Amino acid sequence: MRHHLILRVITKLLVGPILLFALYVQFHGEYSPGGGFQAGVIFAVAFILFGIVFGLETVKKVFPPWLVHKFAALGVLIFAGTGVVSVMLGSNYLNYNALNPDNPQLGQVGGIIAIELGVGITVAAVMVAIYYAFASRTPMINDEDW
Amino acid sequence: MELFINLTLFFMLVVTALAILRMRHLFAVVALSGVFSLLCALLFVTLDAVDVAFTEAAVGAGISTVLLLGTMALTARNEKMPRSFSPVPLLVVVATGAVLIYGTLDMASFGSALSPAQTHVAAQYLERTPTDMGIPNVVTAVLSSYRGFDTLGEVVVVFTAAVGVLSLIGGLGRRRYKKEEAQE
Repeated sequence: MRHHLILRVITKLLVGPILLFALYVQFHGEYSPGGGFQAGVIFAVAFILFGIVFGLETVKKVFPPWLVHKFAALGVLIFAGTGVVSVMLGSNYLNYNALNPDNPQLGQVGGIIAIELGVGITVAAVMVAIYYAFASRTPMINDEDW
Repeated sequence: MELFINLTLFFMLVVTALAILRMRHLFAVVALSGVFSLLCALLFVTLDAVDVAFTEAAVGAGISTVLLLGTMALTARNEKMPRSFSPVPLLVVVATGAVLIYGTLDMASFGSALSPAQTHVAAQYLERTPTDMGIPNVVTAVLSSYRGFDTLGEVVVVFTAAVGVLSLIGGLGRRRYKKEEAQE
């Protein structure tokens, strides 16, 4: 898409705000609609948009596939690990009260932020990984074919 | 007013679905399925399910469209015309539709305070969230704390989806793929 000047300029303008919005949805999920899942998808969309307009090789330089795969596993690990931590602290699995026994409310909020982060990381990485998998096998398409 | 909005949205939903059925050009079909998802998201908004609407708009209209386009680029651009009329698919669709409609007869009427969704644990969640967590979004509280196990399962499913896609169409076995190509 080298000659689509408008698309390239608009994409450059949009990628930053999309990432910022994803972070907002991620960390504001307790107060407004949204949460890890939606934030992860939006975060991935920024990379996919970038990849569609600037080419797969460019976006792979920004977010290499091996790193994407590691992040997909890391999110699950954070989620499951939060549960393990609460077991270590002598409570039930995924009972966030244990994270801060003096103030269970704070413990709950901390636990929710931690697992939402795990959800967001996994979802974003998985979406990017699936996009890479599909796009890597795509032959280059001429603009006239669409 | 709400009835009017609902009727309009459902009418547009049906029109979009029929248009998808009639289309043979897959690019238009993919674009229309994105429209279908956005209309669904609007319906969820009118039901006050903003979290679901958000997900539908992001996943259904966003990611799915891109993935469908990616799949289309790998396969064909046009749907093949069926060679002859076969009654079996029609029968399956009609039977499934009839069963689904029969199922709705047993459902509580829309917005009923006596429906199981209102009388089971939902009331407790609404009551306890302010004291248990002190956060305003009950959906987040239910998803990540009360139902943390379910969400963990969901995340593992998403992760498994990536593992499945990567093992099916490459990404992990890239080296082997190249070797096979070289042999050919």
